[in-house]
Amino acid sequence: MSKRNLSIICIVLFLVWGLVFLATDVFGFINSFQQVNIIWAGINVILAVSLNLVVGFTGQLALGHAGFMAIGAYVSAVTTMQFGFPYPLAILAGALVSFLMGILIGLPTLRLRGDYLAIATLGFGEIIRGVLVNIEYVGGAAGINGIPKITNWTWTFVMTVFTVVIINNFIKSMHGKACITIRDDEVAAELMGINTTYYKTLAFSLGAFFAGIAGGLYSHYFFMIQPATFALQKSFDALVMVVLGGLGSVTGAVFAGLGVTFLNAALIELGAFRMVIYSILLVAVMIFRPQGLMGNKELSGKIFDRILPKKGGNDDA
Amino acid sequence: METFIAQILNGLSLGSIYALIALGYTMVYGIIQLINFAHGEILMIGAYVGYYCVAVFGMNIYSAMVLSMLASSVVGVLIERIAYKPLRNSGRLSVLITAIGMSLLLQNGGLIVLGTDYVPFPQVIERVPYHFFGGHLMVTSHQVLIFTVSILMMILLQYIVGYTKIGSAMRAVSHDREAASLMGINVDNVISFTFIIGSSLAAVAGVLLGLYYQTIHPLMGFMPGLKAFVAAVLGGIGVIPGAMLGGFLLGIVEAMVSGYWSTTYKDPVVFIVLIIILIVKPTGLLGKNTSEKV
Repeated sequence: MSKRNLSIICIVLFLVWGLVFLATDVFGFINSFQQVNIIWAGINVILAVSLNLVVGFTGQLALGHAGFMAIGAYVSAVTTMQFGFPYPLAILAGALVSFLMGILIGLPTLRLRGDYLAIATLGFGEIIRGVLVNIEYVGGAAGINGIPKITNWTWTFVMTVFTVVIINNFIKSMHGKACITIRDDEVAAELMGINTTYYKTLAFSLGAFFAGIAGGLYSHYFFMIQPATFALQKSFDALVMVVLGGLGSVTGAVFAGLGVTFLNAALIELGAFRMVIYSILLVAVMIFRPQGLMGNKELSGKIFDRILPKKGGNDDA
Repeated sequence: METFIAQILNGLSLGSIYALIALGYTMVYGIIQLINFAHGEILMIGAYVGYYCVAVFGMNIYSAMVLSMLASSVVGVLIERIAYKPLRNSGRLSVLITAIGMSLLLQNGGLIVLGTDYVPFPQVIERVPYHFFGGHLMVTSHQVLIFTVSILMMILLQYIVGYTKIGSAMRAVSHDREAASLMGINVDNVISFTFIIGSSLAAVAGVLLGLYYQTIHPLMGFMPGLKAFVAAVLGGIGVIPGAMLGGFLLGIVEAMVSGYWSTTYKDPVVFIVLIIILIVKPTGLLGKNTSEKV
């Protein structure tokens, strides 16, 4: 990416942050419902991009993302409430515990393939939820209440950009190429000397790490968490965003995360009809565009060359 | 000892319901490699049709079962034709997402059409406790009914798959779809037939679940559907005896955990058992180990 495009992206990001910041915290002409959805958009983008690393780029069908989100949410909530951790440290703690759980769960289960892996990870998500219901320390089925509300637009924005940048760079690195090779042909990757177990576990636990961040953001915005929040439905939601955006496209995952959030917000007054419309749209998209919104293409900084043509040649080539 | 036997009996009757549902999962998976997440919702539709037949039209439970089998089959085939057939040649994930979408659609459509209340299922078969061995062993008439109906269904299924023409066509398609269609088998019809059988079994399971839990609800299908899917994977997905074994095993594990420990632990334990078995035997208990072609 050229220096020029990088600086344009930085300016655009800064403008997005600044405009929303002014609208919410300074002038306050965005109502609370819209603010909730802005936070949700960030959380969903983090979930979609991180799950895309596992499903879209490494080709491992995982259905337990909500479980890792739960770990992040619970650990960060307990560390701020019981141990008085500062907020960034609490988020990091949640993400790290999630990361470690990712290694622990990934090592044995990632030997399984395809649908068997899907059901094993689904099982782990349900186990995490089932165990949380039974731990009195974190409130059992009632969950934790009264978590300090620290997550705001700035934190969400920073975490979201951080996630997208890290995962984007990871995919472009040698490690990311190894993951893509595993997705395309696992046997060939192994024959080429790629340590498939290492990379599958790495991608899986990295995905868990960012899901943990999403959980931390969630718990410190909605100030109450319950095991039921992190049911299978949440994992499905994340998978839906990944597939809608396009397997193997970071930009696609970002757009799908935003799109699904705002679609849900727009349809919320319809009650149960909302889910009916949502599911019909889902099936229709899969039938008419099974590769998802973006396929495996990325929107790169090059788009600015088209929007803002510059003098002289394209130094990006 | 008495709790042990009581829990075994509980587990057998619940497990036989799981086995019925798991059979539908496993057959559909065996033929088009699709985890049909909407299967639990077909069960729910079967339960509601059974309920209307009994409570509104005053039929007896057996004719209600037959009618709910018919209705569920129609829904199952419709789902297959509308949602799954256009995706027959696309990636596994898009089909999986479609199945999740169909499941959400039927759940929420059910909430709109059928209402959000729990409906009491009429207890048409009186709950009679039978005592054996001087009262040490109690079997209820419901358990007997559930168990008998399930076993009859399984025998019928074994007969259809093993000894009829359409059954051997199903086996051929699940073995190699391309070759089967070259041999003149109409693959689309075979797939539809598989959905008919799977949905009928799910409908029976739905009516039996209504009798077992005594209430029905538009979201009642999700959890049993998930458990049955776990049962199918446990036994080796795509293998018919595996689904039965997995269903019974799951039912007994659940009953044991509820009886000796706590009901809140039964779901986590079920999944822990699943993962241990998958780690030891990655294709399930009766699954075939396929070697990978390079």
